[in-house]
Amino acid sequence: MLHGYLPAILEGLGLTLRVSVLSLAIACVFGLIGAVAKLSGSRAARWSADIYTTLIRGMPELVLMLLIFYGGQIGINALAESQGWDYIDVPPFLAGVLTIGFIFGAYLTETFRGAILAVPRGQAEAALAFAMPRALVLWRIVLPQMVRHAIPGFANNWLIMLKASALVSIIGLDDMVHRAGLAAASTRSPFTFYVAVALIYLTLTSISIFLLSRLEARYSLGVKKVQF
Amino acid sequence: MDWQVILESLPPYAQGIRTTFILLGISLLSSLALAIPLAVARVSPKSWLSCPVWLFTYVLRGTPLLVQLFILYHGLAQFESVRESAAWVLLRNPWFCAWLAFTLNSTAYTTEIFAGALKATYIGEIEAARSYGLSGIKLYTRVLLPSALRRALPQYSNEVVGLMHATAIASTVTLVDITRVARDVYANSLLVTESFGVAAVIYFVLTFTLVGVFKLLERRFLRHLQPQTQRPQAASANP
Repeated sequence: MLHGYLPAILEGLGLTLRVSVLSLAIACVFGLIGAVAKLSGSRAARWSADIYTTLIRGMPELVLMLLIFYGGQIGINALAESQGWDYIDVPPFLAGVLTIGFIFGAYLTETFRGAILAVPRGQAEAALAFAMPRALVLWRIVLPQMVRHAIPGFANNWLIMLKASALVSIIGLDDMVHRAGLAAASTRSPFTFYVAVALIYLTLTSISIFLLSRLEARYSLGVKKVQF
Repeated sequence: MDWQVILESLPPYAQGIRTTFILLGISLLSSLALAIPLAVARVSPKSWLSCPVWLFTYVLRGTPLLVQLFILYHGLAQFESVRESAAWVLLRNPWFCAWLAFTLNSTAYTTEIFAGALKATYIGEIEAARSYGLSGIKLYTRVLLPSALRRALPQYSNEVVGLMHATAIASTVTLVDITRVARDVYANSLLVTESFGVAAVIYFVLTFTLVGVFKLLERRFLRHLQPQTQRPQAASANP
């Protein structure tokens, strides 16, 4: 099948999935920090979070990826030189994952901020009235309840991120699209390989949509549906 | 910061901005023209109309734009029949492929946005229109579409900004847009700030210009939905 290149493409799929899942985890961390910063009382925290989301959302992912990928490497080397360390080679995989995670963290910041605001104030107030420490209120009361509100936005961002992972082939990662390009060049059948990759992506997004709708149903168990 | 490099690369950047604008403009016009009828079909109760549109938007929104562009630009050359057909003049042209890929992709997203706005139409508007004897095409052109397209403006502005950012992908098929210029400057100078940094600033300015334009459009077309800040004049005239 696929001129014998199917195993190679599936190996690329493995990298695509690793990039996407790891970036998602990093994006969630950045998103949560950003959302908490945006809602915090400190003006400095609010401002830095605002600058972060505005800057990131104002540029194409590809340009940011190139900027952070090449710029980060140079920045780290400058730091290493000033500290007298050896030359540090940032692996492209790490650079790609960190970059995508950093970019989508900005989008998730807005999703999480909206979701936290959707949790009724009384919940946190009641917990505070019981003298629960603020961090624990966030962890035990607010975050579990915001998940339900965050899932639609989260699902959207995951789908965008999964598709954005195709861009890592441009910064030299050996993902599915890159593998398809190599196979296409040696067999002279680019259509076959790019359509195969498109179908794999379509399968991934379909599975994601199905699983996330199940998850949303799970987290909305205790919520009454509106009946007209 | 090497200002000499930036100064020398300004003319190519101006050309790059032109390319990005042309790509964005032609793709937006064609996708808007396609998305309105498709959105009407998408919300139709007749399944032979709505199902194909659903499938189209599902497939186009479920695959990366980069792969769609590669299928059109690199992929179609695989078939001898395509290479020998009259359409080959167009299909070998990166401009045409980029335009087609961006149009199809943006049409899919825009169709879903407009269909969502149509579905969210307040039932009373339709009842009022029907009671005035409007039906069929008139109901759509006079009431449903003017109302729904306005309400879709905020989301549509996101799609326009998204498409502007997506045009950066055209740099992978030999088109010299802002991103391609930045990659060339980087290849020649190996300076990141002077290449990708400048491109990032240009995109940033373009993004917020677009956002500003849409803010003005929203103020104009969504005035009736904005929260009332002043008491209506008529109320004070009749105490």
